[in-house]
Amino acid sequence: MSILIYAEHDNTELKAETAKLVHAASQIGGDIDVLVAGHDCAAVAQAAAAISGVSRVLVADAGCYQYQLAENVSALVVELADGYSHILAAATTTGKNFMPRVAALKDVAQISDIIAVESADTFVRPIYAGNAIATVQSSDAVKVMTVRASAFDAAALGHSAAIEALTQAHDAGLSHFVSAELTVSERPELTAANVIISGGRGMQNGENFALLNGIADKLGAAIGASRAAVDAGFVPNDMQVGQTGKIVAPQLYIAVGISGAIQHLAGMKDSKVIVAINKDEEAPIFQIADYGLVGDLFDILPELEAAL
Amino acid sequence: MKILVPVKRAIDYNVKVKVKADESNVDLANVKMSINPFCEIAVEEAIRLKESGTATEIVVVSIGALACVEQIRTALALGADRGIHIQTEAELDSLQIAKLLKTVVDKETPDLVILGKQAIDSDNNQTGQMLAALTNMGQGTFASKVAISDGQVAVTREIDGGLQTVSLTLPAIVTTDLRLNEPRYASLPNIMKAKRKPIETIAADSLDVNLTSNVKLLKVSAPAQRSGGVKVADVAELVAKLKTEAKVIA
Repeated sequence: MSILIYAEHDNTELKAETAKLVHAASQIGGDIDVLVAGHDCAAVAQAAAAISGVSRVLVADAGCYQYQLAENVSALVVELADGYSHILAAATTTGKNFMPRVAALKDVAQISDIIAVESADTFVRPIYAGNAIATVQSSDAVKVMTVRASAFDAAALGHSAAIEALTQAHDAGLSHFVSAELTVSERPELTAANVIISGGRGMQNGENFALLNGIADKLGAAIGASRAAVDAGFVPNDMQVGQTGKIVAPQLYIAVGISGAIQHLAGMKDSKVIVAINKDEEAPIFQIADYGLVGDLFDILPELEAAL
Repeated sequence: MKILVPVKRAIDYNVKVKVKADESNVDLANVKMSINPFCEIAVEEAIRLKESGTATEIVVVSIGALACVEQIRTALALGADRGIHIQTEAELDSLQIAKLLKTVVDKETPDLVILGKQAIDSDNNQTGQMLAALTNMGQGTFASKVAISDGQVAVTREIDGGLQTVSLTLPAIVTTDLRLNEPRYASLPNIMKAKRKPIETIAADSLDVNLTSNVKLLKVSAPAQRSGGVKVADVAELVAKLKTEAKVIA
Protein backbone atom coordinates (compact mmCIF):
# COMPACT_ATOMS: atom_id res chain seq x y z
CA MET A 1 0.00 0.00 0.00
CA SER A 2 1.06 3.56 -0.50
CA ILE A 3 -0.60 6.79 0.44
CA LEU A 4 -0.60 10.21 -1.18
CA ILE A 5 -1.25 13.18 1.10
CA TYR A 6 -2.15 16.56 -0.34
CA ALA A 7 -0.23 19.23 1.60
CA GLU A 8 -2.24 22.07 3.11
CA HIS A 9 -0.38 25.32 2.55
CA ASP A 10 -0.53 28.90 1.28
CA ASN A 11 2.64 28.76 -0.88
CA THR A 12 4.78 30.15 1.93
CA GLU A 13 3.87 28.07 4.96
CA LEU A 14 2.99 24.41 5.47
CA LYS A 15 -0.12 24.27 7.65
CA ALA A 16 -0.39 22.20 10.81
CA GLU A 17 -2.95 19.88 9.22
CA THR A 18 -0.36 18.11 7.07
CA ALA A 19 1.65 16.55 9.92
CA LYS A 20 -1.63 15.35 11.42
CA LEU A 21 -2.57 13.71 8.14
CA VAL A 22 0.80 11.97 8.07
CA HIS A 23 -0.02 10.56 11.50
CA ALA A 24 -3.44 9.42 10.24
CA ALA A 25 -1.77 7.83 7.21
CA SER A 26 0.71 5.99 9.42
CA GLN A 27 -2.28 4.33 11.10
CA ILE A 28 -3.37 3.04 7.68
CA GLY A 29 0.15 1.79 6.94
CA GLY A 30 2.34 1.92 3.83
CA ASP A 31 4.67 4.39 2.14
CA ILE A 32 3.62 8.00 2.50
CA ASP A 33 4.19 10.60 -0.20
CA VAL A 34 3.23 14.25 0.23
CA LEU A 35 2.17 16.34 -2.77
CA VAL A 36 2.80 20.08 -2.64
CA ALA A 37 0.84 21.79 -5.43
CA GLY A 38 1.38 25.52 -5.58
CA HIS A 39 3.56 28.26 -6.95
CA ASP A 40 6.89 29.41 -5.52
CA CYS A 41 6.31 26.90 -2.76
CA ALA A 42 9.83 25.53 -2.16
CA ALA A 43 9.70 26.42 1.54
CA VAL A 44 6.52 24.38 1.90
CA ALA A 45 8.21 21.36 0.32
CA GLN A 46 11.14 21.70 2.73
CA ALA A 47 8.78 21.80 5.69
CA ALA A 48 6.88 18.74 4.43
CA ALA A 49 10.12 16.80 3.99
CA ALA A 50 10.84 17.30 7.69
CA ILE A 51 7.77 15.33 8.82
CA SER A 52 8.73 11.89 10.15
CA GLY A 53 7.26 9.04 8.16
CA VAL A 54 7.24 10.81 4.81
CA SER A 55 8.98 8.88 1.99
CA ARG A 56 8.91 11.48 -0.76
CA VAL A 57 7.70 15.02 -1.25
CA LEU A 58 6.41 15.66 -4.76
CA VAL A 59 6.38 19.30 -5.75
CA ALA A 60 4.23 20.63 -8.58
CA ASP A 61 5.34 24.25 -8.76
CA ALA A 62 3.50 26.08 -11.52
CA GLY A 63 1.44 29.22 -12.01
CA CYS A 64 -1.73 27.21 -12.58
CA TYR A 65 -1.54 25.86 -9.01
CA GLN A 66 -0.95 29.20 -7.28
CA TYR A 67 -4.53 29.44 -6.00
CA GLN A 68 -5.05 25.68 -5.85
CA LEU A 69 -8.12 25.93 -8.07
CA ALA A 70 -10.10 22.70 -7.82
CA GLU A 71 -10.24 22.10 -11.57
CA ASN A 72 -6.44 22.26 -11.97
CA VAL A 73 -5.39 20.55 -8.76
CA SER A 74 -7.81 17.65 -9.21
CA ALA A 75 -6.41 16.97 -12.70
CA LEU A 76 -2.92 16.80 -11.22
CA VAL A 77 -3.91 14.48 -8.38
CA VAL A 78 -5.82 12.19 -10.76
CA GLU A 79 -2.75 11.91 -12.95
CA LEU A 80 -0.63 10.94 -9.94
CA ALA A 81 -3.25 8.63 -8.43
CA ASP A 82 -2.17 5.39 -10.10
CA GLY A 83 -0.26 3.22 -7.70
CA TYR A 84 -1.69 4.78 -4.55
CA SER A 85 -4.13 2.87 -2.38
CA HIS A 86 -5.24 5.96 -0.46
CA ILE A 87 -5.36 9.67 -1.27
CA LEU A 88 -5.80 12.00 1.70
CA ALA A 89 -6.45 15.71 1.99
CA ALA A 90 -7.38 17.77 5.04
CA ALA A 91 -11.10 18.51 5.42
CA THR A 92 -10.40 22.22 4.97
CA THR A 93 -12.08 24.41 2.39
CA THR A 94 -9.22 23.47 0.03
CA GLY A 95 -9.54 19.72 0.50
CA LYS A 96 -13.34 19.78 0.49
CA ASN A 97 -13.23 21.77 -2.74
CA PHE A 98 -11.08 19.60 -4.99
CA MET A 99 -11.14 16.08 -3.52
CA PRO A 100 -14.67 15.10 -4.65
CA ARG A 101 -13.55 15.98 -8.18
CA VAL A 102 -10.67 13.54 -7.79
CA ALA A 103 -13.03 10.83 -6.54
CA ALA A 104 -15.51 11.36 -9.37
CA LEU A 105 -12.79 11.34 -12.02
CA LYS A 106 -11.42 8.10 -10.52
CA ASP A 107 -15.01 6.75 -10.40
CA VAL A 108 -14.78 6.00 -6.67
CA ALA A 109 -16.59 7.23 -3.59
CA GLN A 110 -15.13 9.85 -1.31
CA ILE A 111 -15.13 9.29 2.42
CA SER A 112 -15.42 12.75 3.97
CA ASP A 113 -14.08 14.08 7.22
CA ILE A 114 -12.74 10.90 8.86
CA ILE A 115 -11.98 11.13 12.57
CA ALA A 116 -10.48 7.66 13.10
CA VAL A 117 -8.81 4.86 11.15
CA GLU A 118 -10.05 1.38 12.09
CA SER A 119 -8.13 -0.45 9.38
CA ALA A 120 -6.86 0.14 5.85
CA ASP A 121 -10.43 0.02 4.51
CA THR A 122 -12.57 0.99 7.50
CA PHE A 123 -12.96 4.51 8.79
CA VAL A 124 -15.02 6.49 11.27
CA ARG A 125 -16.75 9.75 10.43
CA PRO A 126 -19.34 12.02 12.02
CA ILE A 127 -22.75 12.42 10.39
CA TYR A 128 -25.77 14.55 11.32
CA ALA A 129 -23.51 17.36 12.54
CA GLY A 130 -21.71 14.99 14.88
CA ASN A 131 -24.91 13.71 16.49
CA ALA A 132 -24.11 10.24 15.17
CA ILE A 133 -20.85 8.51 14.34
CA ALA A 134 -20.70 6.23 11.30
CA THR A 135 -18.22 3.44 10.68
CA VAL A 136 -17.84 2.78 6.95
CA GLN A 137 -15.93 0.26 4.89
CA SER A 138 -14.77 0.94 1.35
CA SER A 139 -13.98 -1.66 -1.30
CA ASP A 140 -12.89 0.95 -3.84
CA ALA A 141 -9.45 0.33 -5.37
CA VAL A 142 -8.29 3.74 -4.26
CA LYS A 143 -9.73 5.33 -1.14
CA VAL A 144 -10.20 9.06 -1.59
CA MET A 145 -10.68 10.66 1.81
CA THR A 146 -10.71 13.97 3.58
CA VAL A 147 -9.47 13.94 7.15
CA ARG A 148 -10.56 16.03 10.12
CA ALA A 149 -7.07 17.00 11.19
CA SER A 150 -8.08 18.03 14.71
CA ALA A 151 -8.92 14.38 15.46
CA PHE A 152 -5.30 13.28 14.98
CA ASP A 153 -2.05 14.15 16.73
CA ALA A 154 0.75 15.56 14.60
CA ALA A 155 3.55 13.32 13.36
CA ALA A 156 6.96 14.31 14.72
CA LEU A 157 9.39 16.55 12.85
CA GLY A 158 13.15 16.15 12.32
CA HIS A 159 13.19 14.04 9.18
CA SER A 160 14.60 14.68 5.75
CA ALA A 161 12.58 13.06 2.97
CA ALA A 162 13.54 13.20 -0.68
CA ILE A 163 12.03 16.08 -2.65
CA GLU A 164 11.11 15.45 -6.29
CA ALA A 165 9.98 18.11 -8.72
CA LEU A 166 7.02 17.36 -10.99
CA THR A 167 6.68 19.01 -14.36
CA GLN A 168 2.96 18.49 -14.95
CA ALA A 169 1.02 21.72 -15.34
CA HIS A 170 -2.70 21.21 -15.70
CA ASP A 171 -4.59 24.36 -16.51
CA ALA A 172 -8.15 23.26 -17.16
CA GLY A 173 -9.12 26.79 -18.19
CA LEU A 174 -12.51 26.42 -16.52
CA SER A 175 -11.94 28.88 -13.69
CA HIS A 176 -9.85 31.92 -12.91
CA PHE A 177 -8.81 33.53 -9.68
CA VAL A 178 -10.20 37.06 -9.37
CA SER A 179 -9.44 38.25 -5.85
CA ALA A 180 -9.10 37.28 -2.22
CA GLU A 181 -9.90 39.06 1.01
CA LEU A 182 -7.87 37.20 3.57
CA THR A 183 -7.92 38.05 7.22
CA VAL A 184 -4.51 39.17 8.39
CA SER A 185 -3.80 38.41 12.01
CA GLU A 186 -0.84 38.14 14.33
CA ARG A 187 -2.69 35.47 16.25
CA PRO A 188 -2.43 31.72 15.66
CA GLU A 189 -4.89 30.19 13.22
CA LEU A 190 -8.00 28.69 14.77
CA THR A 191 -7.22 25.19 13.57
CA ALA A 192 -3.66 25.32 14.89
CA ALA A 193 -4.13 27.18 18.19
CA ASN A 194 -3.61 25.58 21.61
CA VAL A 195 -6.01 28.04 23.18
CA ILE A 196 -9.13 29.55 21.63
CA ILE A 197 -11.43 32.18 23.05
CA SER A 198 -14.73 32.54 21.17
CA GLY A 199 -17.52 35.06 21.39
CA GLY A 200 -21.19 34.55 20.65
CA ARG A 201 -24.35 36.57 20.36
CA GLY A 202 -23.85 37.67 23.96
CA MET A 203 -21.00 39.91 22.80
CA GLN A 204 -23.78 42.16 21.42
CA ASN A 205 -21.71 43.76 18.65
CA GLY A 206 -18.45 43.57 16.74
CA GLU A 207 -16.70 46.28 18.77
CA ASN A 208 -17.12 44.27 21.95
CA PHE A 209 -15.01 41.47 20.48
CA ALA A 210 -12.07 43.75 21.37
CA LEU A 211 -12.69 42.65 24.96
CA LEU A 212 -11.32 39.24 23.95
CA ASN A 213 -8.06 40.68 22.55
CA GLY A 214 -6.25 41.24 25.84
CA ILE A 215 -7.06 37.75 27.09
CA ALA A 216 -6.07 36.22 23.76
CA ASP A 217 -2.75 38.13 23.90
CA LYS A 218 -1.98 36.82 27.36
CA LEU A 219 -2.86 33.22 26.48
CA GLY A 220 -1.46 33.21 22.93
CA ALA A 221 -4.97 32.33 21.86
CA ALA A 222 -6.85 32.47 18.58
CA ILE A 223 -10.20 34.27 18.56
CA GLY A 224 -13.27 32.49 17.26
CA ALA A 225 -16.99 33.11 17.08
CA SER A 226 -20.29 31.26 17.02
CA ARG A 227 -22.45 31.17 13.91
CA ALA A 228 -24.91 33.51 15.62
CA ALA A 229 -22.17 36.13 15.98
CA VAL A 230 -21.09 35.71 12.35
CA ASP A 231 -24.65 35.78 10.99
CA ALA A 232 -25.31 38.93 13.02
CA GLY A 233 -22.36 40.53 11.23
CA PHE A 234 -20.25 41.04 14.37
CA VAL A 235 -17.20 39.32 12.84
CA PRO A 236 -16.17 37.76 9.50
CA ASN A 237 -17.09 34.20 8.51
CA ASP A 238 -13.56 32.84 8.77
CA MET A 239 -13.81 33.18 12.57
CA GLN A 240 -16.72 30.77 12.80
CA VAL A 241 -16.27 27.66 14.90
CA GLY A 242 -18.89 24.99 14.36
CA GLN A 243 -20.22 22.31 12.08
CA THR A 244 -20.33 24.64 9.11
CA GLY A 245 -17.26 26.61 10.15
CA LYS A 246 -14.01 25.37 11.57
CA ILE A 247 -13.74 22.21 13.62
CA VAL A 248 -11.25 22.75 16.44
CA ALA A 249 -9.83 20.75 19.32
CA PRO A 250 -7.49 22.99 21.32
CA GLN A 251 -6.14 22.35 24.81
CA LEU A 252 -8.34 25.12 26.18
CA TYR A 253 -11.54 26.51 24.66
CA ILE A 254 -13.19 29.51 26.30
CA ALA A 255 -16.77 30.14 25.14
CA VAL A 256 -17.96 33.63 25.99
CA GLY A 257 -21.60 34.59 25.59
CA ILE A 258 -22.23 31.42 23.56
CA SER A 259 -25.39 29.50 24.42
CA GLY A 260 -24.14 26.24 22.97
CA ALA A 261 -26.25 25.44 19.92
CA ILE A 262 -25.66 21.91 18.61
CA GLN A 263 -23.94 23.16 15.52
CA HIS A 264 -21.42 25.14 17.59
CA LEU A 265 -20.78 22.23 19.95
CA ALA A 266 -20.07 20.02 16.92
CA GLY A 267 -17.13 22.28 16.13
CA MET A 268 -15.47 22.40 19.54
CA LYS A 269 -16.62 19.58 21.82
CA ASP A 270 -13.38 17.65 21.34
CA SER A 271 -11.41 20.43 23.04
CA LYS A 272 -9.46 19.15 26.04
CA VAL A 273 -10.79 21.68 28.51
CA ILE A 274 -13.87 23.82 27.91
CA VAL A 275 -14.68 26.96 29.89
CA ALA A 276 -18.08 28.62 29.50
CA ILE A 277 -18.88 32.16 30.53
CA ASN A 278 -22.56 33.01 30.19
CA LYS A 279 -25.13 34.98 32.14
CA ASP A 280 -27.82 32.34 31.56
CA GLU A 281 -27.12 29.49 33.94
CA GLU A 282 -29.48 27.26 31.95
CA ALA A 283 -27.46 27.67 28.74
CA PRO A 284 -26.69 24.27 27.13
CA ILE A 285 -23.00 25.16 26.92
CA PHE A 286 -22.73 24.48 30.68
CA GLN A 287 -23.73 20.85 30.10
CA ILE A 288 -20.45 20.20 28.32
CA ALA A 289 -18.15 22.77 29.94
CA ASP A 290 -15.54 21.58 32.40
CA TYR A 291 -15.69 24.93 34.15
CA GLY A 292 -18.70 27.16 34.03
CA LEU A 293 -18.86 30.73 35.24
CA VAL A 294 -22.30 32.33 35.41
CA GLY A 295 -22.26 36.09 35.13
CA ASP A 296 -22.13 39.17 32.96
CA LEU A 297 -19.32 38.81 30.45
CA PHE A 298 -18.77 42.58 30.45
CA ASP A 299 -17.75 42.32 34.12
CA ILE A 300 -15.96 39.00 33.85
CA LEU A 301 -13.76 39.61 30.80
CA PRO A 302 -11.81 42.60 32.21
CA GLU A 303 -11.43 40.72 35.48
CA LEU A 304 -10.15 37.63 33.70
CA GLU A 305 -7.68 39.66 31.66
CA ALA A 306 -6.34 41.23 34.85
CA ALA A 307 -6.07 37.87 36.62
CA LEU A 308 -3.98 36.20 33.92
CA MET B 1 -30.73 31.28 -19.09
CA LYS B 2 -31.83 28.06 -17.49
CA ILE B 3 -30.88 27.11 -13.93
CA LEU B 4 -30.99 23.58 -12.58
CA VAL B 5 -31.34 23.20 -8.81
CA PRO B 6 -30.98 19.73 -7.30
CA VAL B 7 -32.63 19.47 -3.88
CA LYS B 8 -32.35 16.77 -1.23
CA ARG B 9 -35.07 15.56 1.10
CA ALA B 10 -33.38 15.45 4.49
CA ILE B 11 -34.25 15.40 8.15
CA ASP B 12 -35.59 18.76 9.30
CA TYR B 13 -32.84 20.79 10.91
CA ASN B 14 -34.83 21.19 14.13
CA VAL B 15 -35.11 17.45 14.72
CA LYS B 16 -32.73 15.88 17.20
CA VAL B 17 -31.56 12.63 15.64
CA LYS B 18 -31.39 9.40 17.59
CA VAL B 19 -29.35 6.33 16.82
CA LYS B 20 -31.25 3.04 16.54
CA ALA B 21 -30.73 0.59 19.39
CA ASP B 22 -29.13 -1.96 17.04
CA GLU B 23 -26.70 0.72 15.77
CA SER B 24 -27.67 0.00 12.16
CA ASN B 25 -28.43 3.65 11.39
CA VAL B 26 -30.20 6.69 12.79
CA ASP B 27 -33.92 6.34 13.42
CA LEU B 28 -35.85 8.30 10.82
CA ALA B 29 -39.27 6.75 11.52
CA ASN B 30 -41.92 9.46 11.91
CA VAL B 31 -39.48 12.37 11.93
CA LYS B 32 -40.16 15.58 10.08
CA MET B 33 -38.42 15.82 6.71
CA SER B 34 -37.69 19.02 4.78
CA ILE B 35 -35.61 20.43 1.98
CA ASN B 36 -32.00 20.34 3.13
CA PRO B 37 -31.29 23.94 4.30
CA PHE B 38 -28.36 24.49 1.92
CA CYS B 39 -30.56 23.30 -0.99
CA GLU B 40 -33.21 25.80 0.08
CA ILE B 41 -30.60 28.55 -0.21
CA ALA B 42 -29.83 27.24 -3.72
CA VAL B 43 -33.52 27.46 -4.69
CA GLU B 44 -33.71 31.00 -3.30
CA GLU B 45 -30.64 32.11 -5.24
CA ALA B 46 -32.11 30.73 -8.47
CA ILE B 47 -35.39 32.58 -7.82
CA ARG B 48 -33.53 35.84 -7.17
CA LEU B 49 -31.65 35.41 -10.46
CA LYS B 50 -34.99 34.93 -12.19
CA GLU B 51 -36.53 37.93 -10.46
CA SER B 52 -33.58 40.09 -11.52
CA GLY B 53 -34.12 39.04 -15.13
CA THR B 54 -30.92 37.00 -15.41
CA ALA B 55 -32.60 33.60 -15.41
CA THR B 56 -35.64 32.59 -17.43
CA GLU B 57 -36.37 29.08 -16.18
CA ILE B 58 -35.70 27.17 -12.96
CA VAL B 59 -35.84 23.39 -13.02
CA VAL B 60 -35.74 21.54 -9.70
CA VAL B 61 -34.63 17.93 -9.48
CA SER B 62 -34.74 15.55 -6.56
CA ILE B 63 -33.59 11.95 -6.32
CA GLY B 64 -35.10 9.34 -4.04
CA ALA B 65 -38.32 7.69 -3.00
CA LEU B 66 -41.80 8.95 -3.90
CA ALA B 67 -41.85 11.25 -0.86
CA CYS B 68 -39.25 13.53 -2.50
CA VAL B 69 -42.11 14.99 -4.52
CA GLU B 70 -43.03 16.97 -1.37
CA GLN B 71 -39.69 18.78 -1.51
CA ILE B 72 -40.03 19.39 -5.25
CA ARG B 73 -43.50 20.89 -4.61
CA THR B 74 -42.02 23.10 -1.90
CA ALA B 75 -39.41 24.40 -4.34
CA LEU B 76 -42.12 24.97 -6.97
CA ALA B 77 -44.14 26.91 -4.39
CA LEU B 78 -41.11 29.07 -3.71
CA GLY B 79 -40.82 29.95 -7.39
CA ALA B 80 -39.23 27.18 -9.44
CA ASP B 81 -40.96 26.47 -12.77
CA ARG B 82 -40.98 22.71 -13.09
CA GLY B 83 -39.71 19.60 -11.37
CA ILE B 84 -37.99 16.35 -12.19
CA HIS B 85 -38.21 13.42 -9.82
CA ILE B 86 -35.70 10.63 -10.32
CA GLN B 87 -37.35 7.83 -8.45
CA THR B 88 -35.41 5.14 -6.61
CA GLU B 89 -35.68 3.35 -3.30
CA ALA B 90 -31.95 2.65 -3.29
CA GLU B 91 -29.61 4.23 -0.74
CA LEU B 92 -27.26 6.24 -2.91
CA ASP B 93 -23.92 7.86 -2.23
CA SER B 94 -22.83 11.20 -3.67
CA LEU B 95 -21.13 9.60 -6.68
CA GLN B 96 -24.30 7.82 -7.80
CA ILE B 97 -26.32 11.00 -7.21
CA ALA B 98 -23.82 13.00 -9.26
CA LYS B 99 -24.03 10.47 -12.09
CA LEU B 100 -27.83 10.64 -12.10
CA LEU B 101 -27.69 14.44 -12.05
CA LYS B 102 -25.30 14.33 -15.01
CA THR B 103 -28.00 12.62 -17.07
CA VAL B 104 -30.32 15.53 -16.23
CA VAL B 105 -27.63 18.09 -17.09
CA ASP B 106 -26.99 16.34 -20.41
CA LYS B 107 -30.69 16.45 -21.27
CA GLU B 108 -31.61 19.88 -19.90
CA THR B 109 -28.33 21.68 -20.73
CA PRO B 110 -28.69 24.31 -18.00
CA ASP B 111 -26.39 27.34 -17.98
CA LEU B 112 -25.94 27.13 -14.25
CA VAL B 113 -26.44 24.40 -11.66
CA ILE B 114 -26.84 25.59 -8.06
CA LEU B 115 -26.64 23.03 -5.26
CA GLY B 116 -26.34 23.14 -1.50
CA LYS B 117 -22.75 22.66 -0.37
CA GLN B 118 -23.70 19.71 1.80
CA ALA B 119 -26.67 17.86 3.22
CA ILE B 120 -27.19 18.01 6.95
CA ASP B 121 -27.68 14.24 7.20
CA SER B 122 -24.65 12.68 5.53
CA ASP B 123 -22.50 15.84 5.81
CA ASN B 124 -20.53 14.71 2.76
CA ASN B 125 -20.01 17.98 0.88
CA GLN B 126 -19.32 16.16 -2.41
CA THR B 127 -22.19 16.14 -4.90
CA GLY B 128 -21.66 19.54 -6.54
CA GLN B 129 -17.93 19.01 -7.00
CA MET B 130 -18.50 15.50 -8.37
CA LEU B 131 -21.12 16.75 -10.81
CA ALA B 132 -18.69 19.47 -11.91
CA ALA B 133 -16.01 16.86 -12.55
CA LEU B 134 -18.35 14.52 -14.46
CA THR B 135 -19.67 17.33 -16.65
CA ASN B 136 -16.22 18.97 -16.96
CA MET B 137 -17.52 22.27 -15.65
CA GLY B 138 -15.89 24.85 -13.45
CA GLN B 139 -17.06 25.02 -9.85
CA GLY B 140 -17.61 27.75 -7.31
CA THR B 141 -18.14 26.05 -3.98
CA PHE B 142 -19.26 27.52 -0.62
CA ALA B 143 -20.65 30.62 -2.33
CA SER B 144 -21.56 33.73 -0.38
CA LYS B 145 -22.10 35.83 -3.52
CA VAL B 146 -22.95 35.00 -7.12
CA ALA B 147 -22.76 37.54 -9.96
CA ILE B 148 -23.44 36.69 -13.61
CA SER B 149 -22.32 38.68 -16.63
CA ASP B 150 -21.14 38.01 -20.19
CA GLY B 151 -21.16 34.24 -20.06
CA GLN B 152 -19.22 34.22 -16.80
CA VAL B 153 -20.21 33.76 -13.20
CA ALA B 154 -18.15 35.37 -10.45
CA VAL B 155 -18.47 33.38 -7.26
CA THR B 156 -17.28 34.71 -3.90
CA ARG B 157 -16.39 31.71 -1.78
CA GLU B 158 -16.15 31.36 1.99
CA ILE B 159 -12.72 29.81 2.54
CA ASP B 160 -10.76 29.12 5.72
CA GLY B 161 -8.70 32.31 5.51
CA GLY B 162 -11.52 34.65 4.49
CA LEU B 163 -13.12 35.12 1.08
CA GLN B 164 -11.96 34.19 -2.41
CA THR B 165 -13.59 35.21 -5.69
CA VAL B 166 -13.25 33.04 -8.77
CA SER B 167 -14.65 33.54 -12.25
CA LEU B 168 -16.12 30.56 -14.09
CA THR B 169 -17.11 30.17 -17.72
CA LEU B 170 -20.77 29.15 -18.06
CA PRO B 171 -22.13 26.53 -17.87
CA ALA B 172 -20.85 26.11 -14.34
CA ILE B 173 -21.62 24.64 -10.93
CA VAL B 174 -22.18 26.70 -7.79
CA THR B 175 -22.63 25.31 -4.28
CA THR B 176 -24.17 27.49 -1.60
CA ASP B 177 -22.92 28.48 1.82
CA LEU B 178 -25.11 29.81 4.60
CA ARG B 179 -24.63 33.50 3.99
CA LEU B 180 -25.54 33.55 0.30
CA ASN B 181 -29.11 34.61 1.07
CA GLU B 182 -32.03 34.18 3.43
CA PRO B 183 -34.67 31.94 1.88
CA ARG B 184 -38.23 33.23 1.70
CA TYR B 185 -41.38 31.49 2.83
CA ALA B 186 -43.87 30.25 0.28
CA SER B 187 -47.14 32.21 0.17
CA LEU B 188 -50.44 30.37 0.20
CA PRO B 189 -51.40 31.37 -3.36
CA ASN B 190 -48.01 30.16 -4.56
CA ILE B 191 -48.46 26.86 -2.73
CA MET B 192 -51.77 26.43 -4.55
CA LYS B 193 -50.22 27.41 -7.89
CA ALA B 194 -47.37 24.94 -7.35
CA LYS B 195 -49.84 22.07 -7.42
CA ARG B 196 -50.41 22.74 -11.10
CA LYS B 197 -46.75 23.01 -12.06
CA PRO B 198 -45.43 19.95 -13.93
CA ILE B 199 -43.25 17.28 -12.33
CA GLU B 200 -41.70 14.68 -14.60
CA THR B 201 -40.97 11.30 -13.03
CA ILE B 202 -38.05 9.23 -14.27
CA ALA B 203 -37.18 5.80 -12.89
CA ALA B 204 -33.52 5.79 -11.85
CA ASP B 205 -33.27 2.22 -13.18
CA SER B 206 -34.15 3.46 -16.67
CA LEU B 207 -31.03 5.63 -16.75
CA ASP B 208 -27.76 4.02 -17.68
CA VAL B 209 -26.14 4.56 -14.29
CA ASN B 210 -24.58 2.01 -11.96
CA LEU B 211 -26.36 2.63 -8.65
CA THR B 212 -24.21 0.46 -6.39
CA SER B 213 -21.81 2.10 -3.97
CA ASN B 214 -18.57 0.49 -2.85
CA VAL B 215 -18.90 2.01 0.59
CA LYS B 216 -20.72 -0.05 3.18
CA LEU B 217 -22.18 1.40 6.35
CA LEU B 218 -21.08 -0.96 9.12
CA LYS B 219 -22.35 0.83 12.17
CA VAL B 220 -23.86 4.07 13.42
CA SER B 221 -23.29 4.86 17.07
CA ALA B 222 -24.12 7.74 19.37
CA PRO B 223 -21.21 10.11 19.96
CA ALA B 224 -19.34 9.90 23.25
CA GLN B 225 -21.11 12.25 25.62
CA ARG B 226 -19.05 14.89 27.27
CA SER B 227 -20.16 15.29 30.83
CA GLY B 228 -20.49 18.73 32.31
CA GLY B 229 -18.02 19.79 34.94
CA VAL B 230 -18.34 22.23 37.76
CA LYS B 231 -19.50 25.79 38.15
CA VAL B 232 -16.94 28.12 39.59
CA ALA B 233 -17.88 31.05 41.79
CA ASP B 234 -15.66 33.73 40.32
CA VAL B 235 -12.76 34.58 38.05
CA ALA B 236 -10.17 33.87 40.75
CA GLU B 237 -11.45 30.33 41.22
CA LEU B 238 -11.59 29.79 37.44
CA VAL B 239 -7.99 30.88 36.94
CA ALA B 240 -6.84 28.77 39.88
CA LYS B 241 -8.58 25.67 38.51
CA LEU B 242 -7.14 26.20 35.04
CA LYS B 243 -3.66 26.50 36.51
CA THR B 244 -3.59 23.78 39.13
CA GLU B 245 -6.34 21.30 38.21
CA ALA B 246 -6.63 21.38 34.41
CA LYS B 247 -3.04 22.62 33.99
CA VAL B 248 -3.86 24.24 30.65
CA ILE B 249 -2.45 27.66 31.47
CA ALA B 250 0.83 28.55 33.09
